[in-house]
Amino acid sequence: MYKLLLSWRYLRTRYIALASVVSVTLGVATLIVVNSVMEGFAVEMHKRLHDVLSDIVFEGQGLEGLADPDYYEQEIRHIVGDDLQSVTHVIHLPAMASISIRGGETINQYVNLIGVDEKTYGSVCDFSQFLLHPENRQKLSFLLRDGGYDPRMAEAGWSHRRMWAAWEKAYQEQVRMEQERRLMQHPRPAPTAHAADESGEPSAPFDPIASAEAAAEPPAPQPPAPQPPQEPDAALAGEASPETPVAGPRGGRNPFDQFRREEAQQDVFDPTKEQHPGVILGIAIASRRQRDDNGNVKDYFFVQPGDDVQVSFPSAGNPPKPLHASFTVVDLYESKMSEYDSTFAFVPLRTLQELRNMIDPLTGTAAVTSIQLKLKPGANLRAVQDKLLKRFPPERYPYRIRTWQDLQGPLLQAVQLETTILNILLFLIIAVAGFGILATFFMIVVEKTRDIGILKALGAPSGGVMSIFLSYGLSLGMVGSGVGMVLGLLFVFYINDIADGLEYITGREVFDPTVYYFTEIPTIVEPFTIAWIVAGSVMIAVMASVLPALRAARLHPVRALRYE
Amino acid sequence: MSQPSLADQQPAVRLRPRYSANGKHRDHSGASTLLYAKNLVKSYRKGPIEVPVLKGVDMEVRQGEFLSIVGQSGSGKSTLLHLLGTLDAPDQGEIYFSDRRIDNLPSRGRDVLRNQHIGMIFQFYHLLPELTTLENVLAPRMIAHGVVRYWLERKKHLEDAKEVLELVGLSHRLDHRPRELSGGEMQRAAIARALVAHPQLLLADEPTGNLDQKIGREILALLQRLNESRNLTVVMVTHDQGLARETDRIIRLAEGRVEQA
Repeated sequence: MYKLLLSWRYLRTRYIALASVVSVTLGVATLIVVNSVMEGFAVEMHKRLHDVLSDIVFEGQGLEGLADPDYYEQEIRHIVGDDLQSVTHVIHLPAMASISIRGGETINQYVNLIGVDEKTYGSVCDFSQFLLHPENRQKLSFLLRDGGYDPRMAEAGWSHRRMWAAWEKAYQEQVRMEQERRLMQHPRPAPTAHAADESGEPSAPFDPIASAEAAAEPPAPQPPAPQPPQEPDAALAGEASPETPVAGPRGGRNPFDQFRREEAQQDVFDPTKEQHPGVILGIAIASRRQRDDNGNVKDYFFVQPGDDVQVSFPSAGNPPKPLHASFTVVDLYESKMSEYDSTFAFVPLRTLQELRNMIDPLTGTAAVTSIQLKLKPGANLRAVQDKLLKRFPPERYPYRIRTWQDLQGPLLQAVQLETTILNILLFLIIAVAGFGILATFFMIVVEKTRDIGILKALGAPSGGVMSIFLSYGLSLGMVGSGVGMVLGLLFVFYINDIADGLEYITGREVFDPTVYYFTEIPTIVEPFTIAWIVAGSVMIAVMASVLPALRAARLHPVRALRYE
Repeated sequence: MSQPSLADQQPAVRLRPRYSANGKHRDHSGASTLLYAKNLVKSYRKGPIEVPVLKGVDMEVRQGEFLSIVGQSGSGKSTLLHLLGTLDAPDQGEIYFSDRRIDNLPSRGRDVLRNQHIGMIFQFYHLLPELTTLENVLAPRMIAHGVVRYWLERKKHLEDAKEVLELVGLSHRLDHRPRELSGGEMQRAAIARALVAHPQLLLADEPTGNLDQKIGREILALLQRLNESRNLTVVMVTHDQGLARETDRIIRLAEGRVEQA
């Protein structure tokens, strides 16, 4: 009883000891904040990585891929058994996307071209939740939608496509008229009738943006300003076969003209109504995230759903030859992992197989480069991987069987290492605080020498005297780490407000969304971690009080009583 | 060592007047021996030099006696008291308390002895500054019992403590800290603390040494009253001959030996 009473009284009257515990408080608070933020980051990253990647990837190492994926799928289903949730076939290719931005420039960007099966890919990883169009999140489709994309690109969709198609058409018309005007000026063959009527008007430099905007203003996306409605035949003819008007008058009527014309009419691609095979681009391919004049973070899109991009990719044969194809952007993909957002481009698996001639003409079997598996929740990833490796040993089969953690191993390990090192450093801070407690306690023991003598004279055993100081250390540690815990938790709960406040005071972005892709600092409070931190620092405080307490216990009562 | 029977021991103490007509003191020679020391030798070591303090002290304290030990500074009287109170162990010799040898007890036994059977007061009172008067008096009880038992019996302890504080005339100062008390009050609190366990023996180490004449007399009177009313055996160390003369018996220490008076 006297132990508790005395250590309580000491606690209340010795503020210097409380000061020595401030460093414990700070250490605990910092540890909690650091661990929560690191854990938040790690979990968020884990989640994102895992959502993007499937559990296990079974991939061939060549560009030609696995010639008979169904066989392997059977084998895998057989080996994995009940743990298997779903399987999908995928083609992974290095590719180059050429994006024409209005104004005439083309951006060439490396992309990771991924051919996915619309029906099954979403069941293997949480791919669809990262798509911008809400309906695509429900059910993936590579068809362009009418609208309803992200609010950042209100126009995207068919209306956008029609608007630009109209602009394109107007531009082509402009070019054609310009050519005709030149033909008229130089003594070359037969000017057409209506070109002369128009020749005055378009001499002013053509502003494509303005005219496109003008076209977009009225809801009807019909061919716009420079040329009012025109016979589609003539326009198409001019576009599809620009040499025909030249050939006509000079060589007389070509008997094949008629057919050529019809053929052209049938085959011609009408961008206002048709689309190329769809492609879903990573959002960082399609946009740049920058600050506007007011300092707000904003995404600038140079490609939106509805635009066309050219993709060049290697063919399946050996040696690979470049293939080129046009795709229409039908959606964007935003996983908020910059590595993926800046390289992924998804296209329909079948399209890619056809373009690359991966379908066996005899059997109809289509090759793929990898098979991706999703296991049931709770299944042991490593065990399944080992079973697969046993069936397909790497020395005999040129396949790589990797889990998603293997794919992102270095990143995950780096985060882990960072957390460990930070924990060690911060615990060292608390250990330093422990030495402060040690010194303070020695002083208190010296100061209390006479009291210790009195207690012993009254019959207090050495153990009792020792436990006064141990419980004093314990209560100091608990007070220190308790306050630290409260401070740390408050900091964690209000960390985003604090970041905003710091931003306001320093004028500097604490947590830059252009870098991190998070709008807020993610935090996760792990009760177990906090218990560990608090227990550890209380332990340090108690251990620091052991030596002074031992000294107090060993004091000789007579000498202690005589101590002045 | 004479061992009279219990029957004639108690009345003998009570019936005797404190002061005999000729100014001589009560005689306890018929009472039983409470404390007995034989050939006590104690020296302190200061570096390589050994300083002998007690060089063979024999003494006995009888039940109900008020004994004073006098001697000059450095004569070893405080050391002797510490040895009797088991605060320190003698180099040689034996100490018996109620016929049980106590100088070679294990430390736990000595702790219990000091806590329950021997009360001690000091020149500088030695109250715990963080505790109130009442808590100081309760301290031996707290030490004696564990937290739970103390808590269960706290009312009894509190009553006992208030009772002894009333006995020493300090019931109006229960919640004051030692530094708010006068010297006399502090010594009274210390006496109350020594008495709360109802010990048979009170060892007083210069209890008036830090007090003025008048207060010193009051304290002595209090001790005498307790000696008489409670049959408390008191051993007082003092260098004040005047005070010593008012006690039942005087032992003089000189150069580490008892000087027969």
